[in-house]
Amino acid sequence: MNSRLRWRKFVSNFMLTMTGICAVVAVSVLFFILGYLVYHGGTSINWNFFTKLPTPVGETGGGMANAIVGSAKLLLLASLIGVPIGFFGAIYLSEFSGGTVAFIVRYAADLLNGVPSIVIGIFAYDFVVLPFKHFSTFAGGFALGLMMIPITLRSTEGFLHAVPRELREGAMALGASKSRTIATVIVPAAYRGILTAMLLAFARVAGETAPLLFTSFGNRFWSPGWNQPTAALPEMIFRYALAPYEDWHRQAWAAGLVLLGLILVVNIIARGILARGNAVPRS
Amino acid sequence: MATTTTTVPSAGPVAGSRSFLSRLRDGDEIARLITFLFAASVVLVTLLLVFELWQGSVLARHKFGFDFFLTKVWDPVFDQFGALPFIYGTMVTSVVALLIAIPLGIGAAIFLAELAPQKISDTLQFFIDLLAAVPSVIYGLLGVFIVIPLMREYIQPALKTTFGFLPFFQGPVYGMGFLTAGIVLAIMIIPYIISVSREILLSVPRDQREAALALGATRWESTWKVVVPFARTGILGSVFLALARAVGETMAVTMVIGNAPTISASLFSPGDSIASVIANQFTEATGDLYLQSLIELGLVLFLLTFILNGLARLLILVTTQRGSGTGLA
Repeated sequence: MNSRLRWRKFVSNFMLTMTGICAVVAVSVLFFILGYLVYHGGTSINWNFFTKLPTPVGETGGGMANAIVGSAKLLLLASLIGVPIGFFGAIYLSEFSGGTVAFIVRYAADLLNGVPSIVIGIFAYDFVVLPFKHFSTFAGGFALGLMMIPITLRSTEGFLHAVPRELREGAMALGASKSRTIATVIVPAAYRGILTAMLLAFARVAGETAPLLFTSFGNRFWSPGWNQPTAALPEMIFRYALAPYEDWHRQAWAAGLVLLGLILVVNIIARGILARGNAVPRS
Repeated sequence: MATTTTTVPSAGPVAGSRSFLSRLRDGDEIARLITFLFAASVVLVTLLLVFELWQGSVLARHKFGFDFFLTKVWDPVFDQFGALPFIYGTMVTSVVALLIAIPLGIGAAIFLAELAPQKISDTLQFFIDLLAAVPSVIYGLLGVFIVIPLMREYIQPALKTTFGFLPFFQGPVYGMGFLTAGIVLAIMIIPYIISVSREILLSVPRDQREAALALGATRWESTWKVVVPFARTGILGSVFLALARAVGETMAVTMVIGNAPTISASLFSPGDSIASVIANQFTEATGDLYLQSLIELGLVLFLLTFILNGLARLLILVTTQRGSGTGLA
């Protein structure tokens, strides 16, 4: 073996090893984050965290019960906006339309998907907070719902498209109307994929903070109804992490652990649903 | 397609198709109308968003004009608003992020697509997907309590002693600032670069690799001189996609950048990005001009990400379509 070849082989092995190291470094970040959150959050989390209100500044203890309920309300509202629009919009795109209208809807959805979350917050502020004259759960839910729409829409459409044509034709050959075909054949055939799409969209907005800063704003107490400012977990993490109190940092870690746990579990469930079989039956 | 006749717009009965009335009775037309309304609302909301940003910044746009982008004074007390420090901050943090994320991300993507056995590649990709799902406020939390102290105590002093002759690594060390924000951003965008680049690399036809290997190239030479150039456009697309994320990223940056409207060559200096200044000042903005200037910043951010995302999609589309062809580049 001449020295030139040896050198080339050495370069090859060296560079390939480097790419492996890159991959390991990139993935290890996840375990580092998880480990750190479990370490810091795990020691700070307790029953009070889930059941108590935040204490006044200077007192230790207390919890984030109001933020947990607030997040749940925000996400419920977001789902009420994002899921139907995404789902029915996707049915229109995949089953009823073609050509220009579909192109415009897809384009708008992709555009909306790329809008930075802070800009969504500005829009929700202009559109909901200003007319109602105060920050509210409703405004926050609206902002999060907007962010859910393009994610559910585009992935649901993808899964509907993947339903084999023979299924549609079979149903129609049996005399079913188009709407009946969609409701009883196409959607059931793609339900795994659709469920995954919704769960992923849910997980995506569950951790969003930027659009909440000037819509739901934050609250150190319970937020009755839907028209009051409300606390939310991600927003509390932001405020508590930047505050100068040791006890608040502890709670920020706990909230981070709860939030990340929720998001990762939903993500894993969503991917598990897909992996348990084909998203849509093969033809 | 057998179903074409029923998908024709309901302008009237089409020869060979069922009549409008019978389709109405079956619920088809109603279903069509309802789903159309949902789909149309997506377009409506997007248009409204653009309109609100445009309309909401009208005062600021008229008062400052193009000077808005060239003025570095941001003074709410005297109603003087210039976006230059924030544009600078967004640019610097994004460039730092890309300088770190591109080699790491593409390296990892090469490993996943070219080297790793399918099972390992899929498992690692699963973790990468989870990493992409970690919300930005969590990165901010870790940035505040881990990256900032690390930067202040070790990394920045070390950089200062070794590369202190460069203007980027001079000045007092705070821990927070452009460099820290750039590093946190890099960690956040790496998963996007990896996922998209991996897909692109996997779409490069097999014969390209085999031809290179058959000519006596080593594994690395076939990857670096044949496969990567073939996928170059798409990889560039993944970089643009990541850049759009970095530019629009708010929470993590806001928490570690230091929040001061400065323009400084030193990466150690605290700064502000477009997104972080909106996040910090929006609720405190008193006076119409102040608020409208912030909304104009939002408009700038929107346009920036719009352009970057559009470019990214185009580049990725071009490559994957070429790759899925017969393999003749």
